[in-house]
Amino acid sequence: MLKEKEVKNLAEVTVRFAGDSGDGMQLTGSQFSDTTAAVGNDLSTLPDYPAEIRAPSGTIYGVSGFQLHFSSTDIHTPGDRPDVLVAMNPAALKKNLDELKPGGIIIVNTDAFDSKNLKLAKYESNPLEDGSIKGYEVYQVPVASLTSKALEDTSLSQKEISRCKNFFALGLMYWLFNRPLEPTLHWIQVKFRDTPEFIDANTKALNAGYNFGEMTEVFTTRFTVAPAKLPKGIYRSISGNEATALGFLAASVKSGLPLFLGSYPITPASEILQYLSYYKNFGVKTFQAEDEIAGVTAAIGAAFAGNLAITNTSGPGLALKTEGIGLAVMTELPLVIINVQRGGPSTGLPTKTEQADLLQSIYGRHGESPVPVLAAATPSDCFYMAIEASRIALKYMTPVILLTDGYLANGSEPWKIPHVNELPDISVKYWTQKEGFAPYNRDENLSRPWAIPGTPGLEHRIGGLEKANITGNVSYDPDNHHNMVKLRDQKVKGIVKDIPDLEVDGDQEGDLLVLGWGGTYGAITESVIKVREEGYRVSQAHLKYLNPFPKNTGEVLTRFNNILIPEINLGQLSKIIRSEFLTPVIQLNIVRGLPFRTSDIQNKIKEILGGKNNGR
Amino acid sequence: MADKVEAKEVKLTAKDFASDQDVRWCPGCGDYSVLAQVQRSFPDLVGIKKEDIVWVSGIGCSSRFPYYMNTYGFHGIHGRAAAIATGVKLANPKLSVWVATGDGDLLSIGGNHFIHACRKNVDLKILLFNNRIYGLTKGQYSPTSEQGKITKTTPYGSVDYPFRAISLALGSRATFIARTLDRDVKHLQAMIKRAAEHKGLAFVEIYQNCVIYNDGAFDIYTNKETKDDHTLYLQHAKPMLFGKNKEKGIKLDGTKLKVININESDNSINDVLVHDEFDESPLYATLLAFMAENSDLPTPVGVFRQVFRLTYDEGVENQIAHIKAKKGEGDLEKFLFSANTWEVN
Repeated sequence: MLKEKEVKNLAEVTVRFAGDSGDGMQLTGSQFSDTTAAVGNDLSTLPDYPAEIRAPSGTIYGVSGFQLHFSSTDIHTPGDRPDVLVAMNPAALKKNLDELKPGGIIIVNTDAFDSKNLKLAKYESNPLEDGSIKGYEVYQVPVASLTSKALEDTSLSQKEISRCKNFFALGLMYWLFNRPLEPTLHWIQVKFRDTPEFIDANTKALNAGYNFGEMTEVFTTRFTVAPAKLPKGIYRSISGNEATALGFLAASVKSGLPLFLGSYPITPASEILQYLSYYKNFGVKTFQAEDEIAGVTAAIGAAFAGNLAITNTSGPGLALKTEGIGLAVMTELPLVIINVQRGGPSTGLPTKTEQADLLQSIYGRHGESPVPVLAAATPSDCFYMAIEASRIALKYMTPVILLTDGYLANGSEPWKIPHVNELPDISVKYWTQKEGFAPYNRDENLSRPWAIPGTPGLEHRIGGLEKANITGNVSYDPDNHHNMVKLRDQKVKGIVKDIPDLEVDGDQEGDLLVLGWGGTYGAITESVIKVREEGYRVSQAHLKYLNPFPKNTGEVLTRFNNILIPEINLGQLSKIIRSEFLTPVIQLNIVRGLPFRTSDIQNKIKEILGGKNNGR
Repeated sequence: MADKVEAKEVKLTAKDFASDQDVRWCPGCGDYSVLAQVQRSFPDLVGIKKEDIVWVSGIGCSSRFPYYMNTYGFHGIHGRAAAIATGVKLANPKLSVWVATGDGDLLSIGGNHFIHACRKNVDLKILLFNNRIYGLTKGQYSPTSEQGKITKTTPYGSVDYPFRAISLALGSRATFIARTLDRDVKHLQAMIKRAAEHKGLAFVEIYQNCVIYNDGAFDIYTNKETKDDHTLYLQHAKPMLFGKNKEKGIKLDGTKLKVININESDNSINDVLVHDEFDESPLYATLLAFMAENSDLPTPVGVFRQVFRLTYDEGVENQIAHIKAKKGEGDLEKFLFSANTWEVN
């Protein structure tokens, strides 16, 4: 008779799936995430994969990972260190063991621990046998051979069978964490609808993994994580890139303007182009251009012709688009440039995250070339910031840069889906009357009229040469240039009246404010919550508007004795805050191509506050 | 009682297409002729309203063109005119979109955009003002400058090989390709109209004289003394004849073209190649494209090739219409909630 297995209740768990880049770890991770979201946990994910598509199997640099943090409470990060590591081969174990929490669970695919793979992973002896993983709770599972056995009566080749082993591992993890199989079974049905033999095989592998957990003596305990108490509503899981694409789709619907994307594929931004290219029944036009420059300049052409025009890219592409953005500044056309930041400089770390394009975004053009810069804070926030960037671009007739990053782009979280009528109305009107029309006549926001080709009687010319104020004719007049430089600057500065104040979470004044921007929101928030639990008094504020800053920013800074700015760069926001507000700040800069570990931020906070945990 | 007003279509004139801006090209520049012929031709374009015309340009002398046309205009940045124009056309396919560009703008810094606009058959009309020199930057050699040319940046003569613009357009699959001369106003007008009528990417190379930095570059093709022997006017379905008395003809000899005198006893007009603008194969037009560089052969002007393919902008519109018909007009509310969702109570 089977022994009744113990069920342990956990508040939160961090799991990391790791294997060869061809092992399907991203798929396994995202399936586990979707199922976990569907059972009501809050969650946050961190896919971490190499830039090579199929790096040689068995190597350490070819290891692909997917980390997932889920809980019964509100959470904000994909977790610092995993509690559970699923290692499909020795290289995956080697690469990830250091990160695993002391005493954590390791589930290994023992079949992959042969001499060849051990050598590739640079192990001199087998870590499963030499005692080097003592201190961890290790479960040795021959995943590959168990999968083969489960699929022995199928018509699949040995190679095809081998590719099903990630479903076995997934099934086992579903058993271990008490998750239902149905969502993945349904996904298999849809995904492989044209190849019934794969439906059959993957279903069998998934079930076999689950049943193995149930039947084997190896596992004595399984875990549950109760659903989180999230606000009422209908939810879905969303990644930053999909949220960005949906945000611009929503902006198109809410503005009443057709959406035009000029784009060139680049990691990690290509998915935005991929998603938008599906939305054709909304009339979305996606132009996969010959290069980054054509992406932005075609978008500028589309803006001139009256579309809601956007272009998406990552750091190297933003550099290439720079001259085009200057053209949009001069011609004062609405345009949103999405920069999904990645590790740089140059090709850098294409699949990793970074926040080092802030200075490039605000200042990286020749001439006095002001551009509003916004940054999304979480994967789902990309949706709202896409709408906000569109609103500002259209209302102020200006290019706007929206910053996201590799972590937000690929990470996902549950998202309470908004109703369309709850989204802001950002409708705009083209200028159509002949009376009072001049291409550079400005309204109360210093915004010029948008008169589009096809409108009779309003034929006019614009371009990159300096414009005479009002008429828009070419002008080399020194005083006019000075005036126009200031007008463009004032226009962008004036957006400050139209954006929300910077909010402070926690004490409104005190010893320490942790000030962040963009994709570090989750890590900072969780760090602040943790140190508060230990009795420290610390406040938090997060900037989503980087140019201009919210109007109360300077005043907020004066209320705190210390300002800590954690950034995944060498201090770009710090530099701007110092120069704008003449205030000293403390920097925390870790540039590893990965999100902050909350422990790093917590330690820095404690270091600043010393023993001042006043609450105790 | 004049209570009835006749709705009359007012025929526009060249003046209607002239903007109020002073034209600032050098006196004697070939660009004046191109501007004048465009302004003279446009009133004759059938079915194109003035407000639907957009001129787009890059950087260079010729790229000032849009400022002088009383239509919509966009003066872009160096090399990017074709890309900007593509965006304009895709955003609103009803527009008639024209590109004014030079040899440096289109073939050097903008080469990539040019070949891809051709390949995609975007419905643009590209007028290349080819003067074989950089004028606005004051006299550096260009990608169409002949080898050995002495300029400010090639004081000992240029060592690189020039592009053959027509051949480049052919290789990039442009669907309408023509060449004309700034000084032959009738022919220039005719080519502008032919380009306007073509559905798809129309490329017109205009040999344009730079009076300051490359004066007389195309003199041989326009000068009374020399033009008959050096310029071949291509006419569809007509034998390719040239010379003062049309006594010389082009004969296809194997895969080579050669000049024959039809009055000589061995030859007759039947030996002369008959021009076919509509030949689907690009091989024949390629032979013609290479004539300009061969000193034994005259340089052809006229329509090299015209073929018909669905345009890129039509393809985009058709696909949207097709997907709308299949999936129904997009409904954002439904779409947002259509993913795998769960409810929290």
